[in-house]
Amino acid sequence: MYDFAYHRPATVAEAVKLLAADPEAKVISGGMSLIPVLKQRLARPSALIDLGAIPDLVGIAVSATTVTIRGRTTHAAVAASAEVKRAIPALAELASHIGDPQVRNRGTIGGSIAHHDPTADYPAAVLALGATVHTSRRRIAADDFFTGLFATALEPDEIVTAVEFPIPEKAAYVKFPNPASRYAMVGVFVAKGPMGVRVAVTGAGAHGVFRHAAMEEALAKSWSPEALEGITTPAADLNNDIHASREYRAHLVGVMAKRAVAKAG
Amino acid sequence: MGFEGIGASVRRREDLRFLSGRGTYTDDINRPNQTYAVILRSPHAHARIRAIDTTRARAAPGVLAVFTGADMAADKVGGLPCGWQVKNKDGSPMAEPPHPVLAVGKVRHVGDPVAVVIAETKAEARDAAERITIEWEVLPAAATIEAALQPGAPLVHDDVPGNVCYDWHLGDKAAVEAGFAKAHKVARLELVNNRLIPNAMEPRCAVGEYDPATGDYTLWTTSQNPHVIRLLMGAFVLNIPEHKLRVVAPDVGGGFGSKIYHYAEEAIVTWAAGKLKRPVKWTADRTESFMSDAHGRDHVTHAELALDEHGRFLALRVRTLANMGAYLSTFAPCVPTYLYATLLAGVYTTPAIYAEVKAVFTNTVPVDAYRGAGRPEATFLLERLVDIAALEMGMDRVEIRRRNFIPKDAFPYQTPVALQYDSGDYHRTLDEALQASGWHTFEQRRAEAARRGKLRGIGISTYIEACGIAPSAVVGSLGARAGLYEVANIRVNPTGSITVFTGTHSHGQGHETTFAQLIADRFGVPMSQVEIVHGDTAKVPFGMGTYGSRSLAVGGSAIVKASDKIIAKAKRIAAHLLEASVDDIEFKDGMFRVAGTDRAKSFAEVSLAAYVPHNYPIEELEPGLEETAFYDPKNFTFPAGCHICEVEIDPETGEVEVVNFTAVDDVGRVINPMIVEGQVQGGVAQGIGQALLETCVYDDAGQLLSGSMMDYTMPRADDLPDIRVGTAVTMCTHNPLGVKGCGEVGAIGAPPAVIGAVVDALRDWGVRHIDMPATPQKIWRIIEAGRQRRAAE
Ligand SMILES: Cc1cc2nc3c(=O)[nH]c(=O)nc-3n(C[C@H](O)[C@H](O)[C@H](O)COP(=O)(O)OP(=O)(O)OC[C@H]3O[C@@H](n4cnc5c(N)ncnc54)[C@H](O)[C@@H]3O)c2cc1C
Repeated sequence: MYDFAYHRPATVAEAVKLLAADPEAKVISGGMSLIPVLKQRLARPSALIDLGAIPDLVGIAVSATTVTIRGRTTHAAVAASAEVKRAIPALAELASHIGDPQVRNRGTIGGSIAHHDPTADYPAAVLALGATVHTSRRRIAADDFFTGLFATALEPDEIVTAVEFPIPEKAAYVKFPNPASRYAMVGVFVAKGPMGVRVAVTGAGAHGVFRHAAMEEALAKSWSPEALEGITTPAADLNNDIHASREYRAHLVGVMAKRAVAKAG
Repeated sequence: MGFEGIGASVRRREDLRFLSGRGTYTDDINRPNQTYAVILRSPHAHARIRAIDTTRARAAPGVLAVFTGADMAADKVGGLPCGWQVKNKDGSPMAEPPHPVLAVGKVRHVGDPVAVVIAETKAEARDAAERITIEWEVLPAAATIEAALQPGAPLVHDDVPGNVCYDWHLGDKAAVEAGFAKAHKVARLELVNNRLIPNAMEPRCAVGEYDPATGDYTLWTTSQNPHVIRLLMGAFVLNIPEHKLRVVAPDVGGGFGSKIYHYAEEAIVTWAAGKLKRPVKWTADRTESFMSDAHGRDHVTHAELALDEHGRFLALRVRTLANMGAYLSTFAPCVPTYLYATLLAGVYTTPAIYAEVKAVFTNTVPVDAYRGAGRPEATFLLERLVDIAALEMGMDRVEIRRRNFIPKDAFPYQTPVALQYDSGDYHRTLDEALQASGWHTFEQRRAEAARRGKLRGIGISTYIEACGIAPSAVVGSLGARAGLYEVANIRVNPTGSITVFTGTHSHGQGHETTFAQLIADRFGVPMSQVEIVHGDTAKVPFGMGTYGSRSLAVGGSAIVKASDKIIAKAKRIAAHLLEASVDDIEFKDGMFRVAGTDRAKSFAEVSLAAYVPHNYPIEELEPGLEETAFYDPKNFTFPAGCHICEVEIDPETGEVEVVNFTAVDDVGRVINPMIVEGQVQGGVAQGIGQALLETCVYDDAGQLLSGSMMDYTMPRADDLPDIRVGTAVTMCTHNPLGVKGCGEVGAIGAPPAVIGAVVDALRDWGVRHIDMPATPQKIWRIIEAGRQRRAAE
C-alpha cells in the first residue's frame, strides 16, 4: 500500500470535520474491504480516518418496532446478539454467514453498506426490510441509499452512524455463495411487515442490490413459495462471470427466493 | 515411551513447531543488512519490449539497484534450464527455447518477470517498481492449447514453429489397430483435464547472500530439493561452483510439486546479492504466486477403448495435447509423457496401447508436475473411459473392472507401455472398498435421497500409479538429465544418539517422524535419541529431494542401507569388546549380545568405544561410527487402490455435496498409519478440489481471470466429507522396506470416483461424462437441457 496519514477521532463530528477538510481522505471501519484495496494499490487515500475509537458508533438497540445497529458494530456482534435473534432472526443469521470468523470480527455494517459491493449480504437486508440509514447529517431511506455498483447516496464527507430496521412479521435470507469467495453469487432477502412485502436481490445485479417487483407483487397477493412459480428474472441486467452466467443467476434468483419464502414461514 | 517402531501411529514430532508458530520458514530468515527485491512482471500475455526506462526508479528513495534482462545478459547469466529432454516421434529432440531469468526482448505470459528493483525496504522497492516505464508492443496471444495450434497462431517463441514443443508417442500402433479391427464395441471419450494452480499455503520466498570475504553464496529458498537447485542454478545459470554455493530449504509450508523447480527469483536474489554485496530477500505475495508458480495438468485428450463381446479390453488409443505454458519448467516435458502415457494400462490387462502426446507452448504460466503429475491425468482418462465402456456394454462398473484386472498371480507384470509392476492385489483393494463404502446397499440411499429431492450417485475408481521415482539408468534413457537415487548419512554420536542426514525434503509429509521411527526400529533406541536433518546442502550429501512419492521408498531405503553399514561396523566393535567372533554377535533391541550368552554391550557403549577407541580393533577398523549410503531404486513402486465416492446433487441449483468417500489403498508397508491416513486425506481433498472446484481460467488475451482466492476455488474443510481411509497391503518386492508411497494416491484416485458419482447421479439426464470441475452451473445446465428436452417431447 501507499503511505497515508492516520487519524483516530473520538467523535463522529471530529471524523466528519477531518473528512470534509481532505477530499482525498477515507474512512476506515473494519478494513475488510478497504485494506485489500490498499494492499493491491488500487486506491491511494491521503489519510485514513479510523472510526474505531468512537464509542457512539457501536451497539445494538431494540425497541418494540425497530432494531437499530450502530455503524461500527461488527458482523460477529450482530450474529451473536440475542436481541437481534429474537427480533429479526434473519438478520442475525445473515450476519453469521458473512465471510469467516476473522472477517466477522472486524467487518462492520456501516462499512458493508457504504462499500456496496454488489455481492455483499447486508445490502439485501437493508433494502428488503426497508431500513433507514442514519448518517452524520440525515436519514436516508433504503430505497434511496444504494445507487449503483459500489455507489451509494452518501456524500463524500458523510458517515453512516446507524441502520434502523423495522421489525418485520416474517423475513428470511437465502444465499447461494460464490464457490470461491463465498460472497453472494445470488442472495435473496424476503420480508413482510410494516413496510409491505419486499424482495431484495444481491449478488446477481449488474448495478448492485435491487428489488424484485414481480416477486413482491406475487407475494403480496399470496405469501407462499408457490406464488413465485413461473416468475422469471430478466437476465439482461445480471452479472456474468466465470462462475455464473446471467441465465444461471436468473434461475438461482427464483430458487433462492422460493427457499427464502419457505424459510420465512 | 510407547511403541515407536514400524507400524506405530506416532504423533508427528514436527507439529509442535509448526502449530505453535515456531517453524523457521524462508521468510522468517532475515540477514544482517538485508535488502528487498520486488519484481516487475508483465501485465501482458504476449508483448515485445520496445524500451525499458529505469531512470526514475533508480532515483527513487531507498533504491539500491534496478536490473533488467539486459543487465543479466551482460553478466553472462544463463537461462533457466530444463531437466528433461523428450524426443519427437522421429527421434529428433524437442524444441527447447531459452528461458531467460528476466525477460529479454519479449514477454510470454502475464507475470513473466521483466525487471527487479532492490531497495532498503519492500515498500520502497514496490514504489520504485511503479516508476519503471516500459514501451510495449502488445502482440496477439495464444492463451489456450486450441488457440496455439490454430494455423497462423501467434508464435510464443519465434523459432518454434506451430508452437509445438514435441510430438511424442509410446506403444505399438499396429497392435492397437489390430485390436480395434476386431472390436465388438468401442468406448470413446473427449475430455479436458482442467488446469490447476497449486497454491501451497506458504508462498515462495528466496533470500540470497554473498560473503565478499570468502566468495561464498548462500540461498535460502522454499524448495523441495535444495541440491537440485544448487546444481541447476550453480552450473547452468550463475556459473557458481558447487563448493561456493550453499542452498538451504528450511521449513517449507507445502509444495505439491510447485516447489521442485528452479525459479527465476532464486537466481535473481543470489545474483543480485553478489552484485550488491548485501543479502537480498524476495517473498511472493499471493497474487504473484498465482501468476508465477508452475501450474498443473491442462490436457485435452481424445481416447478410444476397444472391447470384445465379454467386455475385455483389447486395445487403447489415446491422443493428448498437453499445455507446457510459455517456457519449459524444470521437469515439464516428462509429465505428460513418461509420467502419463506409461500409466495407461492402469490395473488392467489391456494388451495393446498406443498414445500420442503433443506438447504445446502457450502464453500462460509454465505448467509442470503437480501432486500426482501425469498419473492423475492418466487415471482420470482411463477410469472415465472404463465407466463409459461399462455403459456401452450394458455392464456393471465393478464387473467390467474385475474382468480386466491383472490377477494377483501375474506379477511381475509387464505392461505394453514400458512399466513392470512388481506386486499388487486389485481384487482385494476393490473388495475392501466395496465393503467399507456399502456399495451394495447404495440403491437404498439413492431412494432415500430421492425422497428428499436429491439426486444421489456413486462412483468408483480403481487406480494405479508409479512412484518411488526412479531408477537412474531408466530415467536417463528416457531423457532425464539427472539421476534419481537418494542419499542418507547416519552419524551415530559418541553417546549413542543418532543424527540422520537425508537428501529428501519434508514440507508437510512428516519425515522427521517417519524416518525417526525407522531408525528407532532399526537401532532399538527411543525416537527422542534421533534427529532427522534435511534441506541444507552444507550438511547433507548430494540428494535429489522430495516429489513423486519417493521419500520413503527411495530415501528410506538409503537410510536402511546406511543403517546396515552402521550395524555391521558396530558388530565388529562389539565383538572386540566382548572378545567374541563377529559372527556370534546378535543385535536386537539396542543390545549387542554374544549369541546364547548374557554377555552384552549396549548400543551407547559401542558408540562410545568407536569415538574413544582406547580398547578398539584400531588396526583393522577406523574409529568413529558414521556411514553414508546412496540407494538407486531398481524399479518404480506401484501403489494402487480403490476409491469410492458418493455425492448428492441439488437438482434445482446443481450444487454437489460429497457425502461419502472411501479410499482403500495399497501403499506397501505402512510405517506410520496416522501419517498415511493424513497423506491420503490431503490427497483426496485435492482430488475433490480438482473434480468439483478448482480451475484456472485465462481469457482469450491471456489474462488470468482466476487470479486470486476470490475467483479460484480452493477446497475448504466444509467442502469435504469425513474421508474413510483403509489400507490393504502388498509389499513392494524390490526395496528393503517393502514400501510403495502414499503422498499422491489421493489426488490420483479421487477425481474419477467423484466425477463417476456425479455422472451416476445424473444418469436420468442423458449424460455420459462431465469435465472437471463439475460446478453447480455445469450441472444445472445439463439438468436444464434435459428438462427442456423432456418438455419438448
Ligand atoms: C475474506 C473476506 C470474505 C468476505 N466475505 C463476505 C461475505 O461473504 N459477504 C459480505 O457481505 N461481505 C464479505 N466480506 C466483506 C466484509 O463484510 C466487510 O466487512 C465489508 O465489506 C466492509 O466492512 P468494513 O467495516 O470492513 O469496511 P471498511 O473496509 O473499513 O470500509 C469499506 C468502505 O466503506 C467506507 N466506510 C466504512 N465505514 C463507513 C461508515 N461508517 N460510513 C461511511 N463510509 C464508511 C470506507 O471508507 C471504505 O470505502 C468479506 C471480506 C473478506 C476480507
